[in-house]
Amino acid sequence: MKINDLILRTVVQFVVFIVLTIAIYLFFAGHYTPGGGFVAGLVLASAVVMLYISFDTDTVRKGLPLDFKIVAAIGVTLALLSGILPMLFGQPFLKMSSMNIQFPLIGEKTLATVMIFELGVALTVVGVVMTIILSISEGSDD
Amino acid sequence: MNNLIVLPLILPIFIAVILIFFRQQIRIQRILTFSTLLLLIIVNIYLLIQVKVNGIQVLQFGGWEAPFGISFVADAFAMLLVLTTSIVAFLCMIYAFSSLGETFEKMFVYPLVLLMIGGINGSFLTGDLFNLFVCFEVMLLASYVLITLGGGKERLRESIKYVVINVLASWFFLVGLAMIYGTLGTLNMAHLAQRVAEVNQGPLLTTIALLFLVVFALKAGLLLFFWLPGSYRVPTTPIAAMFGALLTKVGIYAIFRMFTLIFPLETNITHTLIGVMAIATIIFGCFGVMGFKDLRQIVAYNVIISVGFVLLGLYANTTESLEGAVFYLMHDMLIKALLFLMIGTIIYITGRTSFDEIKGLIHQFPLFGWLFFIMMLSLAGIPPLSGFIGKLLIGQGLIDKGAYIAIGIGFLSSVIVLYSLLRIFLKSIFGEATYNQKFKTKIPKMMLVPMVTFGLLTLVLGVGAEIMMPYVEDAARVLTNPEIYINAVLNP
Amino acid sequence: METMMILIIGVLVVVATYLLLSKNIIRIILGTALLSHAVHLLILTIGEVKKGDVPLLKETPGPYTDALPQALILTAIVISFGVTSFILVLAYRAYAQNKTDDMEEMRGDEHE
Repeated sequence: MKINDLILRTVVQFVVFIVLTIAIYLFFAGHYTPGGGFVAGLVLASAVVMLYISFDTDTVRKGLPLDFKIVAAIGVTLALLSGILPMLFGQPFLKMSSMNIQFPLIGEKTLATVMIFELGVALTVVGVVMTIILSISEGSDD
Repeated sequence: MNNLIVLPLILPIFIAVILIFFRQQIRIQRILTFSTLLLLIIVNIYLLIQVKVNGIQVLQFGGWEAPFGISFVADAFAMLLVLTTSIVAFLCMIYAFSSLGETFEKMFVYPLVLLMIGGINGSFLTGDLFNLFVCFEVMLLASYVLITLGGGKERLRESIKYVVINVLASWFFLVGLAMIYGTLGTLNMAHLAQRVAEVNQGPLLTTIALLFLVVFALKAGLLLFFWLPGSYRVPTTPIAAMFGALLTKVGIYAIFRMFTLIFPLETNITHTLIGVMAIATIIFGCFGVMGFKDLRQIVAYNVIISVGFVLLGLYANTTESLEGAVFYLMHDMLIKALLFLMIGTIIYITGRTSFDEIKGLIHQFPLFGWLFFIMMLSLAGIPPLSGFIGKLLIGQGLIDKGAYIAIGIGFLSSVIVLYSLLRIFLKSIFGEATYNQKFKTKIPKMMLVPMVTFGLLTLVLGVGAEIMMPYVEDAARVLTNPEIYINAVLNP
Repeated sequence: METMMILIIGVLVVVATYLLLSKNIIRIILGTALLSHAVHLLILTIGEVKKGDVPLLKETPGPYTDALPQALILTAIVISFGVTSFILVLAYRAYAQNKTDDMEEMRGDEHE
């Protein structure tokens, strides 16, 4: 049976970008205020899930050829590396540092190495959530 | 600050993640797993010596000082267990290389094993109660997947029970954490110990202690072991060996830490209860060992008996009995791994699980047969093998305490363990050989090597106990004097 | 506020216990999920529910909120999320293999 999902598809095409923007906002806001890598990852994953719901699996896979297990693995690697790197400089494991950088347009901002860790967390969350959802939904045909 | 002590946690997890990228390349997976575990053994030996020479090693994550950040604390007790864990994992993996088969190896079995090892090591080393919970969960999640690998009716059925019971135990753990944070306002183990000592262990704190005892008893299989025989029966041999050797030990370690460091004051209530639970565990374990004909069931109940026996050491709570318990824990990790591997090999050769259908294996596999004999003696605690010293020291501690019932039951259990294995030995290993064409005619060499190594290790640990004793004494010294631990963490 | 929270936690635990004791596996899984919600609320309550500022960063004189329980809850949520999703997949596979979702029938025959 073919469902008439024209409205859903059209709306999703726009909404996905809004959701992605929110995810990026949450990611950067997380340093001092509510937000952070975990929430950003969840929001990001929800955008992808929305694509999977409104379009069929094959189409999304063509446009987004990612193995989400690998995404999660890359995420954990990043998070671990951000913890291990300070050990090479004689600092304790997971020691974070930060610096002020002058950006064009937005002015001076503080960048911290905890961002790498958070990026790792976000990628891990996206990878894990997508793997779980896909494996549950794919299981129905065997 | 010593960054090395985070390696037993980080290294396996990091390599596990790397291995996910090499899902199809089994060769790379094997080489990396092998070298990681070997490296881990070397690092752990180095760390153990360092702990002996320089005292307790502490690492504050991210440079946040003790009660505020997460601390990793390596004392001799933790290091001895971490070292034994890595040895057991290393040998079990060598066994796994030749016995698992390609389908398993492509289902992320090595990454999962490494994650489990990381979780176990983390649980031993952490100095923070919530971190202990997290490491427990890392270990458990990996074990959930490992137990289900391969699928099949029975395996899936048993693993559901295993998962649900552990989720429930974790829930109690969280309740305990919430309570203890509410009453004492900290989660750092050394800081907790300090505050408990300051306010005296009142009824409320003792209740929380008992809540934790329930949690860890569920994980260790102390009296609340009803889930254990079913779930340890189903995984494939090398994984079952690691389960039997390592998982319950983490629970035992947590009980020891909890009741020597944080809640050592109300021994009348807590330690007596532990003693009663231990004795009941031993008795029920003995029934199980004698009552079943299924080989896998007999091994599982053997695990339960030893859990009870080790905790008798805590019940006595003297320096000697704690030394004995530490030593016995190490011995038990090695010998339980060997026991599981050997029983698994018997099932692999014959395809049968009930021992009265198996006869006369020694005629075809003499080395294997005699190895079984050595293992049996070591498990029963016959000198000069490694089981003897631990049992002797625990027994000595129990005599000092005047707990004659406990000591009687403890040593009776040794006899029953011996009987249960002698039954298998006489019937299926010695005995008359019957020709059965379904039996395999050869044990692959790479399966024999780890088993022989385990056999040698139990001999070495028994004969060379003098070499290990200083470390064991060091471990028991910290257990009996918690202020050493507290000072090392809080006043570096 | 605390009393309110304790009551809610109690209700959650009661419902979860009821669900856990039923035979249907999906109900058991829902029970574990509810249990974890209850304990998250418990941790939140024990960290004192009150309005406060972000500790350290704001220059207001206080009162500050204890940030640790929230970090603990986040960790616990992540873990229970992972476990629940795993157990759902596991239950589905077990259902496909054993052709039943009734725990009574999943008891196993030979040894118990």
